Order: sequence, then C-alpha cells, then structure tokens
Amino acid sequence: MRLCIYPIMTYFRGVWCIMEKLIPAKDRLLKSKNNWMDGELRGKVLVILCAVIMISATISITIFIGTKGLQSFIKNGVSLFEFLTSTHWNPTDQAKPEYGALPFIFGSFAVTFLSALVAAPLGIGGAIFMTEIAPSWGRKILQPVVELLVGIPSVVYGFIGLTVLVPFIREHVGGLGFSLLSGMIVLSIMILPTITTIATDAISSLPNSLREGSYALGATRWQTIRKVLIPAALPTLLTAIVLGMARAFGEALAVQMVIGNVRNLPSSILDASATLTTIITLNMGHTTYGSVENNTLWSMGLILLVMSFAFILLIRYLSSRRKL
Amino acid sequence: MKSLKKLSLLTLLAALMVFTAACGGGASTDKTTEKDKPTTPKTEEKQELSGSLSVSGSSAMQPLVAAAAEEFMNANPKVDIQVNAGGSGTGLSQVAEGSVQIGNSDVFAEEKQGIPADQLVDHKVAVVGMTAAVNPKVGIKDIKKADLIKVFTGKITNWKELGGKDQKIVLVNRPDSSGTRAIFNKFALDGAKPAEGITEDSSNTVKKIINETDGAIGYLAFSYFTDNSVTPLAIDGVEPTAENVQSGKFPVWAYQHSYTKGEADGLAKAFLDYLMSDDIQNTLLKEQGYLPVTKMQVERDAKGNQKNK
Repeated sequence: MRLCIYPIMTYFRGVWCIMEKLIPAKDRLLKSKNNWMDGELRGKVLVILCAVIMISATISITIFIGTKGLQSFIKNGVSLFEFLTSTHWNPTDQAKPEYGALPFIFGSFAVTFLSALVAAPLGIGGAIFMTEIAPSWGRKILQPVVELLVGIPSVVYGFIGLTVLVPFIREHVGGLGFSLLSGMIVLSIMILPTITTIATDAISSLPNSLREGSYALGATRWQTIRKVLIPAALPTLLTAIVLGMARAFGEALAVQMVIGNVRNLPSSILDASATLTTIITLNMGHTTYGSVENNTLWSMGLILLVMSFAFILLIRYLSSRRKL
Repeated sequence: MKSLKKLSLLTLLAALMVFTAACGGGASTDKTTEKDKPTTPKTEEKQELSGSLSVSGSSAMQPLVAAAAEEFMNANPKVDIQVNAGGSGTGLSQVAEGSVQIGNSDVFAEEKQGIPADQLVDHKVAVVGMTAAVNPKVGIKDIKKADLIKVFTGKITNWKELGGKDQKIVLVNRPDSSGTRAIFNKFALDGAKPAEGITEDSSNTVKKIINETDGAIGYLAFSYFTDNSVTPLAIDGVEPTAENVQSGKFPVWAYQHSYTKGEADGLAKAFLDYLMSDDIQNTLLKEQGYLPVTKMQVERDAKGNQKNK
C-alpha cells in the first residue's frame, strides 16, 4: 500500500514547489485569505461535524431504545408495575406468561454495589500508594499492572472466572460456585482499573500546598492523607466509584459466565442469580423480532439506559461539588 | 500556493480512498453488487452457479451449514455463501423480513411468536437427538421418564432416591426462549415446567458445568457425548442412539430446519438440494453428529404429533 502511494506523494510535492515559485507572494496571500478552505472555517466545520455525529448518535440510540423498550407496555400490554415489582419471570408459558423482571433488576444492583464495595477501597488504596507512599517505584510497577487489567477482554475474565473461581468457591466456600459472590469478584477486578486511574489523577492533581500546610502543622503522613488529601479529593473519588459502578452495571459477558442465571431472587451471596444484561444476552438470539419476549428484553435495555443516565447525573452532581 | 496544496491533498486522499476500496473491500463490493442475483431463477441446471447467499440463524446448526457451504463453494467457485449464527429467533426474523435468503431454526416457525409461518417454506435438513446428561459420579445410566420429570421439576432432590450416590441434584437449564429447552421440555418432560437451576446457553458450557459439578444434570445433543466427561441417560431403557431415534423409539429429537421465504429458487434451492444430497446426508452430517433426515422412519409435524412414514 505504502509503496503505491509514495511515488504519487513525491510527484505532488514536486508540483507544489514549482507552482509556489511561479506565483508572487502577494497573490498567494491575497488569494488564501478569502479561500473557503481557510484553516479557521474548515477546522470549525470539522469539529462541529464531529460533535453533530456524536450527539445525533446518542439521541437516536436513546429514541430507538425508548420506543422499542416501551412497546412491551404499550403494544403488548405488559403491566409496568408487574415488570418492575413481580419476581415471576415466565415469558414462554403458553397459558399464563409472566413478566416480572425484579430478580434481574435486583441482581444487577446487587452485583454492582457489591463489586463497588470491594473495588473502591482497593482502587483508592492503590491510588494513594501510587501518589503518596511510593510515587517513584510504586507507580512504575502499579501503573502498568492497572493498564494491563484494562486491556484484558471481558470474555477472558469470564472464562477465568468459570474455570478457576467457580470451582474454587464451590469447594472452599460452599454453594454451587455460580453465585453473586463470583459475579462480584469478577466485576470488582474489572472495574478496579477505572477507579484506580481516576483516583490517582484526583489525588496527584491536588495542589502541593495542601500537603505542605498539613506537614507544617505537624501532621504525620497518614494524618495528612486521611484528614486532608482524601477529603479534598472526595468528590472526584466518588465520581471514580460511580463510573466504575456504571461499567459494572452494564457488563454482560463475564457476569453471565459465573453468575448462574437463575430467575429467583437470591437469598444469600452464595446463591446463583441473574442480571438484566445476562438475561438479554442469553435470550436475544432465540427470540423473534416484535414478539413480546423480544420486546421485554428491549424494556430491560431501557432500564439499563435509564440507569446509566442516572449514573451520569450522579457524576455531574458530584463534580459540581468539587471545591478545588 | 496553499490552496493548491490543500486541493492536491484532497485529491490524494480521494485517490487513496479509491485505492483502499479497490484493495481491501473486494468481498464486500461483490456482495452488494451480486445480492440480487440469487433471486433470478436459473433455467438451466448445467449453468455454472454464481452469486452470493446469506444464511443466518440457529447456532447449533451453524457448524453443519458452514461446513456444507465450504464444500459447496469449493465445487462452485463463483458462489459466495455467508453463514452467520445469531440464534433461531434471529434467523426466522431475518428470513421473514427478507434480509437473508435462508434462515436456520431448531424449532418449527409455527412455534415462534410473531413469525408469518405461512409465508415461510420449511426444509428439514437434519435431525438432532438429545438426552439428559449427568455427572459421571452420579452413578446412574438409565432413568424412567416419570422420574426424569420429577428430577427436573424439583420433586426428587437427591440422586439417592433413584439408586445413585448420595448427592444433591443440580439442574442445568437453557434460557426460556432456547429451542433446545423447548424440545426437551416437550418430549422428555412431557411439557412439565422445569424448576429453577443454573441457566446457560452454550452446549459446551453446559457440558463443562455438568462435568465439574457433583450431582449435576442437564441436556445435550448426541454430538456432545464424544468422551466420558458426562454420562448420557437412557430414558425408559431406550438407549440414546441414532438407530433408536430413526426408528422412533427414542422420543427426544428435533428437526433442524432451513426456512426460505416462499419456495426456494436459484442459488438457495441449489444449496438446499446440496444439503439434502446423499453425499452430505451420509457423510458430513455424521461427522458433525447430526442424524440424516433421509433415514428417519418417523416424521413429526409442528404440533409434535409423530407418525410412521
């Protein structure tokens, strides 16, 4: 490819050089001034175009999922109340189909909060280690490790979970191994990089005067971290956690492989469960377009979308509280 | 000469785009230009087949159809067949709306909601037998149908009650909308509603879980019983073998359907004929673990009524 282009490029370069010498500087400058392709305008058009594409993509996806997701309530007459509160999910029953998605909604929230509970202290701890305790060698080791975690595809996490984690939990903790606990562990490792990276940025961007002031007052390093740095960075740290939760909420593949996908409400952390995303991925291919089953899956997609909006609103609120 | 520079840059970019399109996009351009060809009826059989065909649907059928498509393309070099697996529902939906020429499904179109079954023509290309599979440590090889139903509905919870080891029964189900689940419920459980259990879609995952979990029971197609990692169960003393399915003694089996919208014509017909040929039915099907539909001594309609041929 490059071989074919190279001669063409050199040819054009040659032409430019000759042309530039032929036309006097005055003409060139005057001409370029009212050229439609002048840098300012072109740059502006280009950037606006990018923005318009992004905005329209988001809006059209929202409208599409909105209309699709509402069809099961409007067209198929599934009761919204039943969908959100009933624990009986039985869409294929010929005589009396039931559409209660509560176990899946609960499952989604359960794994999300549980994994945030594990990943938040770990991530923030790692961030403090990288910025305050061992900024030189610690960062050199931990940074690549965190970046490596981002690069591992979710299906690989799921596969490791299925092969290593599930049998381990079955033998050493109890239950079937397919459980909320497995989902929580896999997800917390997956969201750890998000939390760590943002938390590191938050703490390292704090002005040095804060640290110096604290030391000058006689505070120890740990007191400085606990009483000065963490409170100062708190809004951003919370944003990091919420972003991690948003990722956990939407994750499907890895969770599907370890959570067991059971339609009952879990009564303990060792019970198998299901999330909105796993039910969608399990059933999407088997259902036909426009059927009630398919539409209820879209409704679950709508719930996911609404939740991600909620997460974003929460992040906006948290960032607006930032004082530094 | 700034403007000229930019202009030449644009020309260069355009040239580059044409170039990349010519270099890399060969397959896709072919597909768009020749998409209409299969619909034009072929009058002469001897005429060399050309054009492209898209097939979508059941992931259980994908390996079979893909292997057949490969051989078909070797024999007819001008033909391009794309085989996608998206699930039976996707296959039926796409063939009904005309976005693919052949839609594969492991259930009858009549059984799926929202599909205009009267517009689709069914081509039964293979038969797949399936049976309950247990963890080898459970220690039973034969189960009565009534007991099987009790196991799957949760009325029997320990293998001890059936003469096996003292192990808790762990159910491994398929998703609600899965064709495999529908067939197993209908013909092995006589329509009983199974109790809750671990749910997985992929047969390989199901096999892995049954193999690793003490007391686990699930259901798999015959083609997955290639090693000793799971034990297939005989039902009411009838061994799950190809012969028993063909003679109609073993009840749990299903057709693998290829649907076309309206009668198949052109390339789609040629390919479906090829799938039904003795060559494929007797060799490739067996290799892939399916049973030839041509050897079946019984047949079944969409409602599940079985009769001798």
